[in-house]
Amino acid sequence: MSSEAAHTHAEGEVHEETMTKSKIWNVFFILLGITAVEFIIALYLVPHGIFTYHAANPIYIVLTLAKAFFIVAYFMHLKFEKVALIYTIIVPILFIIGLILVLTNESHHWIDVWRP
Amino acid sequence: MSTAVSEIDEVKTTPWAGGHSPFNVEYGKIMMWFFLLSDAFTFSSLLIAYGALRFSSNAWPAADKIFQSVPFVVDKGYPLVFVGIMTFILIMSSVTMVLAVEAGHRNAKKEVAWWMVATIIGGFMFLGCQAAEWTHLHGEGFWWGSIPNMEKLKEFFEGQAVVSTAYSQQFANLFFTITGFHGFHVFSGVIINIVILINVLKGTYEKRGSYLMVEKVGLYWHFVDLVWVFVFTFFYLV
Repeated sequence: MSSEAAHTHAEGEVHEETMTKSKIWNVFFILLGITAVEFIIALYLVPHGIFTYHAANPIYIVLTLAKAFFIVAYFMHLKFEKVALIYTIIVPILFIIGLILVLTNESHHWIDVWRP
Repeated sequence: MSTAVSEIDEVKTTPWAGGHSPFNVEYGKIMMWFFLLSDAFTFSSLLIAYGALRFSSNAWPAADKIFQSVPFVVDKGYPLVFVGIMTFILIMSSVTMVLAVEAGHRNAKKEVAWWMVATIIGGFMFLGCQAAEWTHLHGEGFWWGSIPNMEKLKEFFEGQAVVSTAYSQQFANLFFTITGFHGFHVFSGVIINIVILINVLKGTYEKRGSYLMVEKVGLYWHFVDLVWVFVFTFFYLV
């Protein structure tokens, strides 16, 4: 009895917290805004020397990850899923990020080796 | 406390004991998530290869010099404008997809159908833009295994120490492979969306009582949008 009640309660929770039309448009404007910021950096701040090329790249990456978060969490609804499913998807992605860090480090080494 | 349930059955009703799925998600949807995870690995491997080659290069053609045209409108002097339009189209079609899913939750057949139509149109617009982009780059001389002549390359390497034909070729191969693989995903997504639209119109999901299929296909479509976000950053901005 008690577990059944808990189950229906859990289902109720899932249906409560979901995307409404206004939330969808909020996320859209966030995504649009982030993309606009990226364009301002690429087309105005870098050419006018306010940012260097090397300072801009980490900013692009952070903004891209922010966009990825909003798409996955809200559009793909992952934020409202069970914690087990969230970790099942997110943890392997963290390993990919690890691989990226290792390989970019490695390729920096190559250029030092190859430079005449 | 009811004593009708024996102790061993009680254990099995908890999520991690096999009672019901700990994910509380329908089987097909979990499988879609796992497929997308594996697809994320594939795209990551391509993008990591791109990153490794680029980080180890001494010169790389500058994106804002290569991508300057808006096909059919202006040939030069508008860096990143066209890709901005493409990004907008794809994000927009992602929004219409979510709206289709949202309408599905309310079992509003007509609304689902219209939002699916909008998503499909967005997909076709993106594919059209990509075809125009490819045609433009091909016209410049880039293709798998071919690069423009030295004079043209000098423009793309302006302000850099050397003009590298080897890395120009790497750029061309990687660009066409990665955007091609992404475009293929968009194309399959459009086909799948059309199949779903036909099923919506036929009333398949209405009879079934749930528009869960729209949600599953929506996951795929958002993933395609997600990949584009990364392709856009690493090919056009960085």
